[in-house]
Parts: sequence; structure tokens; C-alpha cells
Amino acid sequence: MTGELQLLLILLVPMLGALAVLAASPLPNVREGVSFVIGILLFLLVASLAADLSWDAPPTLVLAEPIQGLQLVLTPEPLGVLFALIASLLWPITTIYAMGYMRDHHEVNQTRFFTAFAVSIGSAMGIAMAGNMLTLFVFYEILSVATYPLVTHRGSVEAKRAGRLYLGLLMATSIGFMLPAMIWTWHLTGTLTFTPGGIFGPEVSSGVLSLLLLLFVLGTGKAALMPFHRWLPAAMVAPTPVSALLHAVAVVKAGVFTVLKVAVYLFGIDTLASIAAADVLMVLAGFTILMASVIALRKDNLKARLAYSTISQLSYIVLGAMLGVAAGAVGAGMHIAMHAFGKITLFFCAGAILVTAHKSRVSELNGIGRRMPWTMAAFAVGAVSMIGAPPVAGFISKWYLLMGSLDASHWFAVGVIVVSTALNTAYFMPIVYAAFFKPEDAPAISGQDDHDHPDHGEASWPMRGALMLTATLAILVFFFPGVPLALVQQMAGL
Amino acid sequence: MDHLAVLVVIVPLMSAPVCVLLDRSRPAWLTSLVAAWFSFGAAVMLLLRVSAEGPLRYSLGGWEAPWGIEFRIDVLGGYVLLIVTAVAALVMVFARHSVEQEIPHDRIARFYAALLLVFAGLAGITVTGDAFNLFVFLEISSLASYAAISMGRDRRALSASFQYLVMGTIGATFILIGIGMLYMMTGTLNMIDLAARLPEVSDSRTVRAGFAFLTVGIGLKLALFPLHLWLPNAYAYAPSTVTAFLAATATKVAVYALLRFVLEIFGVEFSLHAMPLDRILVFLGLLGILSGSLVAVFQRDLKRMLAYSSVAQIGYMVLGIGLASVTGVTAAILHVFNHALMKGALFLALGAVAYRVGAVTLREFAGMGQRLPWTTAAIVLGGLSLIGVPPTAGFVSKWYLVLGTLEQGLWLVAMLVLFGSLLALIYVWKLVEAAYFKPPPANAAAVAEAPLSMLVPVWTLVAANIYFGLYTDVSVGLASRVAHDLVGGGG
Repeated sequence: MTGELQLLLILLVPMLGALAVLAASPLPNVREGVSFVIGILLFLLVASLAADLSWDAPPTLVLAEPIQGLQLVLTPEPLGVLFALIASLLWPITTIYAMGYMRDHHEVNQTRFFTAFAVSIGSAMGIAMAGNMLTLFVFYEILSVATYPLVTHRGSVEAKRAGRLYLGLLMATSIGFMLPAMIWTWHLTGTLTFTPGGIFGPEVSSGVLSLLLLLFVLGTGKAALMPFHRWLPAAMVAPTPVSALLHAVAVVKAGVFTVLKVAVYLFGIDTLASIAAADVLMVLAGFTILMASVIALRKDNLKARLAYSTISQLSYIVLGAMLGVAAGAVGAGMHIAMHAFGKITLFFCAGAILVTAHKSRVSELNGIGRRMPWTMAAFAVGAVSMIGAPPVAGFISKWYLLMGSLDASHWFAVGVIVVSTALNTAYFMPIVYAAFFKPEDAPAISGQDDHDHPDHGEASWPMRGALMLTATLAILVFFFPGVPLALVQQMAGL
Repeated sequence: MDHLAVLVVIVPLMSAPVCVLLDRSRPAWLTSLVAAWFSFGAAVMLLLRVSAEGPLRYSLGGWEAPWGIEFRIDVLGGYVLLIVTAVAALVMVFARHSVEQEIPHDRIARFYAALLLVFAGLAGITVTGDAFNLFVFLEISSLASYAAISMGRDRRALSASFQYLVMGTIGATFILIGIGMLYMMTGTLNMIDLAARLPEVSDSRTVRAGFAFLTVGIGLKLALFPLHLWLPNAYAYAPSTVTAFLAATATKVAVYALLRFVLEIFGVEFSLHAMPLDRILVFLGLLGILSGSLVAVFQRDLKRMLAYSSVAQIGYMVLGIGLASVTGVTAAILHVFNHALMKGALFLALGAVAYRVGAVTLREFAGMGQRLPWTTAAIVLGGLSLIGVPPTAGFVSKWYLVLGTLEQGLWLVAMLVLFGSLLALIYVWKLVEAAYFKPPPANAAAVAEAPLSMLVPVWTLVAANIYFGLYTDVSVGLASRVAHDLVGGGG
């Protein structure tokens, strides 16, 4: 199979899969089976593309030419391959989880759910493989629109309001900032192709570069950099599988992936070091990391706490990208991969607790570890990953981020990472402690909450299987970080 | 083959009296359909020919130019002609059911006659090479459109039509005065001769006054802010078919007339540099974009909402012309094309909703996602194109327009243009939320999806919105070619 064909299939398989899901609507088992098989197929496609790829002459697939001289084009590069690998690996796992979750939770409109899901993954693949900024932007916008029905899945007033905030913030930033930045870049340089080392020549003044960088990074609303982060906690009204895959992996990672792509392939790591705005953005990222952690500390709703933790973790990646040294970019790239496994596990656990025990608050989780030992063990693994302690994935990326900060002698960044680690511990460890060591609270007074299930056990097998699988993966990549590390170092030119 | 240049106008023009003579609804519809599709086919062939071989000149009745009327089709004319005929062809397919429901049975034949006259007039404007003849065709289309609008179901259609008649007649009179002044100074009505002779006399008060009369007159027909007041009522109360057809074509032809007079006959040098029209157009375009979009946000009647959105979209086109650069004019001409696609799709889809449900206000639109899934999906996609979300045609227009403003360092203008898109997001999303989040009204009868004869034209246009958002060889290619011709290769 040629590389071009593989690229085309990577885009088409999830998109056609969405149609297949739609067609299989009357038969839930077939529908979910189709979803799963397509997920596996997609992962195999991405893996086989990655396996026989030469970085010197990557395959290039031109899809269309909407602007004269500017094409929609897919070209794999190391970071994109990494992103595609992760998203396509976690998709089938999420499908298994979603089967259990959606049925146990008696969700309606499941066909719409699985269809939109497939389209979203297809868009994420387009973002990952985009050969230029225009292509990335096109799929970025499709992803925003395709995830809208997922966020508003419940159809309630709250969901509608969340959907407004979600689409409004994402579109306002992308149309208001990213689009003009892109058009201005096109006007200045006549190209938007992702090029190692950047595309701006010496004739572009550093003031203009500063402004462009600000527009690009702030325009990436999906990176949830403050003050454009509000959509993420709002989007938590979505069913948990959506929060898990899209808001721990595909959507938010598409955002920070965009930031990293812009930093490495449009500006170039060396140019970035000389741009004043990079420092401004780094301070903003540092502020976001700490602020979001403090907010997370105060959230009692488990999913809200996870959402703010995500905001904080995403800014690690922005911070790493803005350091302007290769090691920082490596740390950022690694964190895209490493954060995914831990965070998806945590979301899976939160959903399993919600469906099985009907509990959504941190304060209700005392002693739940005895009833749901597997779930809470996985939760502990995810929490350790967020903190960045060995032997879990998060340690690796935090290591490289610290290396990058030290490399660049950015003591601010070092300080932020250290303080944030303490904060992460403060808001995750009490949950683990309470779950395993505190005695269980007496069931609520009857009649007060008729949804209470005091005699619940462990989550159903699809959910349990999925969350244990991702927890295992989070530990495995700690011991075998070879593939992501090789890809990221290739990207940074090391 | 040469005669196609005139047949493209004559066939619909002569079909109109045939409709009246037939005086039965089905044969009248069939006649209109055949005439529209014939013109569409002719327009395709004409455009292919003029883009390969250069402008096509045709002397009516064999009388050579200074004495007789000359039809002259170049790429710009052929391009707009293609838009007009293509929309007409699709609207006629759509019309059959819609018209049978909305127009009293005994008037259907006359309604089709009026529609054909509007069509013939608009097509005529794009092919004629004679300034006075352009005025005549403009009046044919305008008078017929007053009649067509007044046939709307709502009684307010009459007052809307009358309002349009008053404003339109003022506009037409201004245009006539303008043309008269030009004739006085140059002694010719042929556009090419006018363009050749005007520079010698351009430094006279008469020519400047003529220029002012012409632009204001065209501005009225164009619904250029603040001369747009006739448009929302006319679009809101006209029969669905008429709204869709006029929204997709009439203002586009007015943009064509503006381009023809301002950029070709008077020339860029005079219009946009000696006279300060460029700044005026940029300023009014911006005002139109902002005010039109803002007012659209607060509309509850969906046809009115889209009508105000049209005012904003016309602002985009005028702004592009005002930039006076190749990119700006390309953006304007491109948006003429793309806007016809999106507004055509949206108004036709609303027509389909009206056919099944009756009126179309936000309240009736509640739960439409369940009631008419295909039609609503088409409205959502058309709306995304209106906002300018990639990969739709609207995105490509916006790209060129913003590029045009950034080329000239007009930062604020670029930002305001993008702000306009965000306003579009708001009003489009009000529709989406109503359709998908609110339950249908309690007394809503169960309805079937719109008939295929409506869905096919709607989805053809929706598909075109996406196709021309991805593959722009034709739409951008021709637009930039025309822009180079009009503004001059150097820019």
C-alpha cells in the first residue's frame, strides 16, 4: 500500500465509518461492533503508516485547493504521527467503555453519539496529518462543529448553555484570532506549509512576529489557555466517554498540538527564543497551570476537578513549546502523549463511579475503594501520572519539561512545575486516600436521593476493562517510552 | 451559436406571454422550467466560449454598434449570467409545489409570467453592451418583481411591494438621469465607446454629477446600506420562490452593474481615486455588515433574519470593491457567486419549511430537527457557509476579503469583517438551537419531509456550497481573472 493511499484511508475510514454507524442504527450491537472494528482498523492503518515512513520523503496527499496556491494537503510528520497513534489507539478502547456507559446510563440518541464520535476522530486525524496550517484549520473547525452535538448530547437547558459557550469560545478565538493570523502569514510569506525551522524570513520584524504568535496561540481556543478556558469545564455536561476521549485526548490535544506545530514548524524553535511574546505566553501558561490547579482544589464535583486539572496540564505543553529550546519542545510533545493515558483513565473512572454508584462528588467517595477496587486502583494510577511521579507515564514528560526549563535557564518555568506538582498532589491524593482508607459514609437518608445505590459493586465489564487497559498503558509507557520519544526527538531535530 | 447571446434573454422573455396565454398552472410551470433550463444551458456554453475566445459581440437585428444595440458578453457578464440562470433553473424545479400552495390558483400562470420577466430582465442586464439597454432590462426585472412580490400570501406583501416600488423607481430614475448625463457629454450609449470617451471629459461637473446619480441609483437597487430599507420587507413577505430567486440573483446583478459602471466605464482611476468612492464604499460596506448582522440577531421571523443577513453580505461585496485592489475585487466577485449559493440554499430550504409548516418564525422552527430532518440539516449547512466555516464556500470568500484588507494594512476593517462572521454565528445558532433543543409546539401536526422536488434543488445548492469551498478553480479562477481585467494587472 502506498503512503498516499494510507493517508487517504486514515481520513476516510472514520468518516465512512460514521456512515456505517448511521446505517447500522437499528441494530445496536452491530453499530457498536462497527465502531470498534473501525477503531482497530484505523489504529492499524496509522501504525503501518508510521512503521514504513521515511521522514526525508514523506508521502503527500493533495485533497483540494480552496485558495489559489494554497492546498488542503496531508503530510505526516513525527508529532502528527504521534498524535494520530494516540488518538486512534484510545478510540477503540473508548468505544468499549462507551458501550457499557451509554447502556448502563440509559442514554438516548446513541446513534447520533457514535456517528459524531467517528466524525470527530476523523477530524482529529486530519489535524494530525495536516501538511499546512490551512488544512489544520479546516479540520480544527470541523472538529468544533462535529463535537457540538456530543457536548449538548443531553439536550437539557444546561447542555444548551454549555454548547453555546463551547462553540462560541472556540469559534470566536479561531475566527477572530487564528484566521487573521493565518491570512497575515500567508500575505507575508506566501506559504503556510509546516517546515522544520519555520517559514518566516529575516525580513519579518520581531514585533510582527510577536503579534502573530499571540494571535496564533490565543486563537487556539482548544488549548484552553486562560482566559479562553471556560468552554472546557462547561463541556463536562457531555456523557463521560466524550469527556474522556475528546476532552482528554482528541479536542484538547488538537489544541496544544496546534500550538506546538505553530511553534516548531511555522516559527521554528530558534526564532521563538527571540520573540518577546513567547515569554508573555509562557507567563500566561504558568499562570494558567497554577490558577487552574487552585480552582481544581476547590471543586467538589469530580468531573469539574478533572476538567481544571486538564486545563492545568494543557498549559504544561504550551509552556514547553514557548521555552524556545529543543528540550522544551520534546517535553511538550511527550506530555501530549503521556497526559493522554493518565487523563483518559481518570475520566473513565469518574464515569464508572457515576454510572455504578451514582456519585459525582469528591466528598461522597469515602470508602468507595472497597466496593470498586479495580476502578479506584486505576484512578490511583491516573492520579500518580498527573502528579508526575514514577513509575507512571506523567513522570517522563515532566522530566523532559524540567530539562527544557533548565536548558533555557527559565527559573520561572521550573518554579511553576515544582509548585504545580505540589498542587496536583494536594487535589488528587486525598481522593485516593479517602477511597481506600476512610470508612464508608452511611447511605443518605432515604427519600432524599432516590438515585442512591448503596449496595453497588464494581462497574460493568466494558467500563472496567477499558479503564484498566488505559491504566496499564500508562504504566507501560513509563517503562517503554521508545516510540513516542523517538518521534518527538525527530520533530525537535535532535 | 452566436445567437445564443440573444436567445438566453429572448427565450424567457417570450415565454412570459406564452404563460399568460396558456393560463393554466401546470403548462405555465413547464414552460418556465424549460425556458430556465434552456437559458442555463446557453449560459454554460456562452461562458465556456467567452472564457476561451474572449468577449462575444452580437448586434441586435444586424445593426452595427453605434446605431443599433449591441450585446456584449465578457467573462464578468458570463459569470454573473451563469449564476442567474443556474439559480433560476433550480428555483423553477422547486417552484411547482411551493407556488401551487402559496399563489391563488387562477393567478399561477401570471405569476410564472412575472417570474420569467424578472429572470429575463436580470439575464439581459448581464449580456447587454448598451448603457440605456441596461436601464431597460433593469426596469423590466424591477417592475416584474414588484408584481411578483405583491402576490405573497401575507397582505403586508402589498405594502412591502409598494415600498420597494417607490424606492426602486427612485433608483431607476437616478440611473436614467445618470445615463442621460453621460450621453450628453459623450454622445454614445455603447459601453465601450463610453469608456473610451469619458476620460476626455471626466473633469466636468456633469460627468461627476452623472457618476453620483448612477452610483446612488445602483446603490438603491443593490440595497447598499443605508439604502436597504426596502429589502427586508420585500424578502420577508414575497412568495418563497420569489424570495429565493431575488435574494440569490437580483442584488448580484446590481453588484454587476456597479462593477460595470464604476470600474469599467468610468474606470478605476476616476471612480476610486479621483472621486472618493473607494472610501465611501468601504465605510458603507462596513456599516452594512455590522448593522445588518446586528439587526438579524434580533429577528424572530426567519425570512427577515436572512434578509438582514443579505444586507450584511452585500456589505462584504461592496467592501471588496471599495478596496480597489485585485484581491478585493476578486473577493467581491467571488462572494457574488458564493452568496448566491448560500442564500439560494437557505431561502429555498425555508420555502420548503413554509410549504410543510406554514409560517417560519423562530417559534414554529422549534423541534424542526425532528420534524423535517433533511431540510433542517440543509439549513444548518447553509448557515455554516454563511458564517464562513471551512470547508464551505463562505470561508473562501472571507479568506480573500480579509487578505484584501490586510494587504492594505486595514487592520481594523479586517477585524470588523471577522466580527461580522461571529455575529452570523449568533443568528445562525439561534436557529440551530430552536431546531434541535426545543420540543415542537404542542399543537404541531405531524408532517412529512418536504417533497423531493424541493429537497433536490436545496441539496444541490448545499452540495455546491461545499464543493466550491474545496475546489475553487472555477469560482476563484474566473473571479480573479475578471478582477485583473477590471483593476488592471498591476493592481
